Amino acid sequence: MMENLNSETTSNYDRRRFLNRIWAFFGVVAAVEFGWLGLSFMNSRKERNQPVKTESIIAAGPIERFAPGTVTAVPSGQFYLACLTDGSLLALSRTCTHLGCSVPWDEEKNKFICPCHGSTFNLTGEVLTAPAPRPLDIYPVRIENGIIKVDTSALQKRDRFEPSQATRI
Amino acid sequence: MTPDHPKSRRSFSDFLLHLHPRTIPEENLRLTLSWGLGGMAVMLVCLLFLTGILLLLTYQPSTGSAYASIVTLTREVRFGLWIRNIHHWSANLLVVIAMLHLLRIVLTGAFGQGRRLNWIIGLFLLFLLLSANFTGYLLPWDQLAYWAVTICTSMLGYIPVGGLWLQELFRGGAEIGPATLSNFCVLHVAFIPATLFVLLLWHFWLVRRAGGLVQVEHDNPDDVPVQRVPTVPNLIVREAAVGLVLVAFILILAIVWDAPLMEQANPGMSPNPAKAPWYFLGFQELLLHLHPVFASFLWPLLGVAALLWVPFWQDSALPTGVWFGSNSGRRLVIWTATVGALTTLAIILADNLLLQSNAAVAVDTLVTRGLLPTALLIALLVGFYFLLVKGLKYTRAEAVMAGIVLVLVALAVCTIIGVWFRGAEMHLVWL
Repeated sequence: MMENLNSETTSNYDRRRFLNRIWAFFGVVAAVEFGWLGLSFMNSRKERNQPVKTESIIAAGPIERFAPGTVTAVPSGQFYLACLTDGSLLALSRTCTHLGCSVPWDEEKNKFICPCHGSTFNLTGEVLTAPAPRPLDIYPVRIENGIIKVDTSALQKRDRFEPSQATRI
Repeated sequence: MTPDHPKSRRSFSDFLLHLHPRTIPEENLRLTLSWGLGGMAVMLVCLLFLTGILLLLTYQPSTGSAYASIVTLTREVRFGLWIRNIHHWSANLLVVIAMLHLLRIVLTGAFGQGRRLNWIIGLFLLFLLLSANFTGYLLPWDQLAYWAVTICTSMLGYIPVGGLWLQELFRGGAEIGPATLSNFCVLHVAFIPATLFVLLLWHFWLVRRAGGLVQVEHDNPDDVPVQRVPTVPNLIVREAAVGLVLVAFILILAIVWDAPLMEQANPGMSPNPAKAPWYFLGFQELLLHLHPVFASFLWPLLGVAALLWVPFWQDSALPTGVWFGSNSGRRLVIWTATVGALTTLAIILADNLLLQSNAAVAVDTLVTRGLLPTALLIALLVGFYFLLVKGLKYTRAEAVMAGIVLVLVALAVCTIIGVWFRGAEMHLVWL
């Protein structure tokens, strides 16, 4: 009788442990399911909120308007048109490559200065002072019938300035 | 319980005794042991919950109307301005109180055996309240809000694996917009308060389970036995006194000073200089000097890991209940704070000259502004530790205390420079 009871408690214990493990397993499965549910909910929102580029080609104006060595802001396209000293053109994104602030052009100091963390960039968008890790991003520039057109849907990242990036007239 | 106590009153004090032990050592009643910092933090959280509920009634969480709803609140709603100010000043003061509370825990050896889990929960609480502050100042959708959320989500992008995924998750898309505001609004009014509430109760309960506040250890059996007094009323009246004085202080502060509200968000123009609120300016100072991967990811990660690990290092906590552990500990802290402040200042000034000299253009900033400073920092801290322990024969606990004080002082110096000595384009300026 005594032995019988002993073996019964042992098997009870084993059974309880087994059932507990099953419960734990289902608990983990439920947590994963709920996590997946939440993430898909948020991910679908991400996809719906992708930017819709209605007009990606921005006409920045006739070429005569841009003198060598000047920078002109084009607010409608959120970029700067930099006319380099040799007269070639670069469309520079106004977003700082460090943490995304909007970088103004300082006419007197002849450079872009970021108001958030002090990065500076020269006329070609190259980094003059850290912490920005790379030059300002650029957009492709085309010249059609004397009008400068910039494709703002094709942002290009770069590691350094090369003359081939600029569009010659 | 005496029979003349009405039942309702007894049940209220019984409830309080769920959070406090029934009796406490008389010597722990002295204000100079804890300065009532934990209690002050609780009081501020209560104020924040109450004013937050009121603010939520008038706030409209959409990018189109958020700013206007705040303007309406401050101009047209009766007491609206005052309620917003109370919320603002409570949140700001809470950061100060929580940091001082953390410092008090370190300086009185209150993270040792039996309080390790509570130290970790406390760190989570600090993280939550900083997140609450951050998400809170995004809600008005003014210039501060817009550029803070731009910078912060851009920082997420530098996390090596999954950074961009996280960035899109928090922005609710590739760009900042209405979904971003919804995200941070939900975090601020639902997720963070709920988590904060649960963790706070856990925090209090663990203090109680550890036997209340830290207490001076009496090894000598000849000492007078510890005199214990009932918590109600002895501790409760003291807590009430501290709490009510604090509430009065906040209410007056909120009458005198208005919470800031910048221009409405303008994605085309960052304000110059674009500064975070004061409690993040130490962090912003790091961003000026270090490569973004290091400033926004690796250094915070190292700091958090070190803080989480500290209580699990053998003998890292001071003898309990004595400020600085001893008089020599006090002198050590004063020296460390002085030397740490001057060193930090010197490093910032030197690096400022280096940045201005334009010498760093062509070199790899991942090394010069990342690996190199990190290696220097670790070498400095390890060297400092061995100097104290091996050279000057301090205990490990005293060296750990000095190390934490050193880091906090450096952060404080960075914050002070950020608040008062950074002008347009984040250049160093004199007052």
